[in-house]
Amino acid sequence: MPDGSEKLTGKARYSAGVLEYKKMGYWEPDYEPKDTDIISLFRITPQDGVDPIEAAAAVAGESSTATWTVVWTDRLTACEKYRAKAYRVDPVPNSPGQYFAYIAYDLDLFEPGSIANLTASIIGNVFGFKPLKALRLEDMRLPVAYIKTYNGPATGIVVERERLNCFGRPLLGATVKPKLGLSGRNYGRVVYEALKGGLDFTKDDENINSQPFMHWRDRFLYCMEAVNRASAATGEVKGTYLNVTAGTMEEMYKRAEFAKDLGSVIIMIDLVIGYTAIQSMANWARDNDMILHLHRAGHSTYTRQRSHGVSFRVIAKWMRLAGVDHIHAGTVVGKLEGDPATTKGFYDVMREEYNPQSLETGIFFDQHWASLNKMMPVASGGIHAGQMHQLIHYLGEDVVLQFGGGTIGHPQGIQAGAEANRVALEAMIFARNAGDDYLQNGPEILARAAKNCTPLKQALDVWKGVTFNYESTDAPDFVVTPTTS
Amino acid sequence: MKLRQGTFSFLPDLTDAEIHTQVQYCIDNDWAVSVEYTDDPHPRNTYWEMWGHPMFDNPDAAAVVFELNECRKQFGDYYIRVIAFDSSHGWESIKLSFIVNRPKDEPGFHVSRDEVKGRSMRYSIKSYATDKPEGRRY
Repeated sequence: MPDGSEKLTGKARYSAGVLEYKKMGYWEPDYEPKDTDIISLFRITPQDGVDPIEAAAAVAGESSTATWTVVWTDRLTACEKYRAKAYRVDPVPNSPGQYFAYIAYDLDLFEPGSIANLTASIIGNVFGFKPLKALRLEDMRLPVAYIKTYNGPATGIVVERERLNCFGRPLLGATVKPKLGLSGRNYGRVVYEALKGGLDFTKDDENINSQPFMHWRDRFLYCMEAVNRASAATGEVKGTYLNVTAGTMEEMYKRAEFAKDLGSVIIMIDLVIGYTAIQSMANWARDNDMILHLHRAGHSTYTRQRSHGVSFRVIAKWMRLAGVDHIHAGTVVGKLEGDPATTKGFYDVMREEYNPQSLETGIFFDQHWASLNKMMPVASGGIHAGQMHQLIHYLGEDVVLQFGGGTIGHPQGIQAGAEANRVALEAMIFARNAGDDYLQNGPEILARAAKNCTPLKQALDVWKGVTFNYESTDAPDFVVTPTTS
Repeated sequence: MKLRQGTFSFLPDLTDAEIHTQVQYCIDNDWAVSVEYTDDPHPRNTYWEMWGHPMFDNPDAAAVVFELNECRKQFGDYYIRVIAFDSSHGWESIKLSFIVNRPKDEPGFHVSRDEVKGRSMRYSIKSYATDKPEGRRY
């Protein structure tokens, strides 16, 4: 938006009283962000009558050095450097009253290697700011200098595959159901059947911790019996995500140590444990050759609505820094929120070395990842074998496909459900590699594979036509316009 | 028991024509394809014996299928796999790995349990076949 700097200087700037944020130096339309700046892109919805540039300047101010009134103590500091600078404000396409505000932050505003510090600055204070109706953090550009202060994912996609001896296809998983109520012994039965049938992983749900019906130690013991039996039955490395989420760090470390002693290849934590706890567990995982699975429990409270909160692409970036190996990131075709273009953007943030700007998938900045390990996305929620061609098309090869109901709900039992999923997956990957138009011919490829596999035939019959076609609430603002050439 | 390692172990055993399609896919992606064999199928036996080096700069899947059949002549009752290496930065590891030959009889694995303190357990998995020395297992 065309608007020159209104910054005041000297006496006019520092006289006691209240000044507009844009006059205090938080609006710098001529500012060229430095390579070492952190840049945030906010979607701002100012209250009626509030100038969007003043609103952007206020966000810059309140997420850096400003308070509501002029303070003389600014003059004891290199305050020009420490002020975040809103430098660009654009109207959001097709969304009256909303604006994209670009704000640059100097690297010295942040402690190295601390997501807690980063988030305390960027989202700590501004989201309840009265002159705004709503505010959403859409994307961040993280400079290489900042990324290098983090260790990143403990294991990463490549090493995870090497450890599991599993290449060339998505991994398969299932969440044990029912979520709550199974005893340790019964729980391990589901794990054994699913892994023996052909899955690579089973998974605790986010809220399986240590409840009256199943103490965590019991779960771990029975699950590892199941994992080892299934491994012997198939000759494959198997795993089950043992959820170590607990009320304190001490308790989480205790559970993680027990999982390690029992020989588990993977443990799990929930996003609700908080950023610092996640970073601590990532360090533990790195020290103990453990794959670290993160369930994004709670994220939809702030990621889903387009007008307010934090986009999941930003959460994904923070988690890649924080150092988890797996993260749930949507299925596109399943039961949970997930627009295809937006989901592709999330997956790119997790799996690529470099993300070029791509507005149609919601990526606003070029992002170098400085060889930080890649995170394995996990697709979970309402998916089944009959969608295999679509899943591979949308999500690619480096992903964990989690069929919970789609394994355990099979009419002939859990092993049959697992086998159906594995055969469908291998048949589809084979067809893709052989040059078949697998997306178009998916249903025929599956029908052909089902001729040699009764469980797959039964799965296709039971879940035929199950789809979840609802409009996404979180879709990109920019769409690709077809051009004629 | 059927050893389920590799990308296609849940499909019926692949024909040479089918193996050719997968190898050509790897070659078209600039991956170097290799043939490896073993008589120790433990899930953590990483290093199968190499039937020569990965075939760098080989444009034709037929050459890999030829080498596979040469390997089968000598090790027909071993496990043989085809494995493809991607040297691109950020991966530099295996991209595809699938079994193309199996022993006639696959006796499977034994789980042994070592009961340690409390109710804890130390597990280990052992192939029945590896009780015998290398080369005399299948």
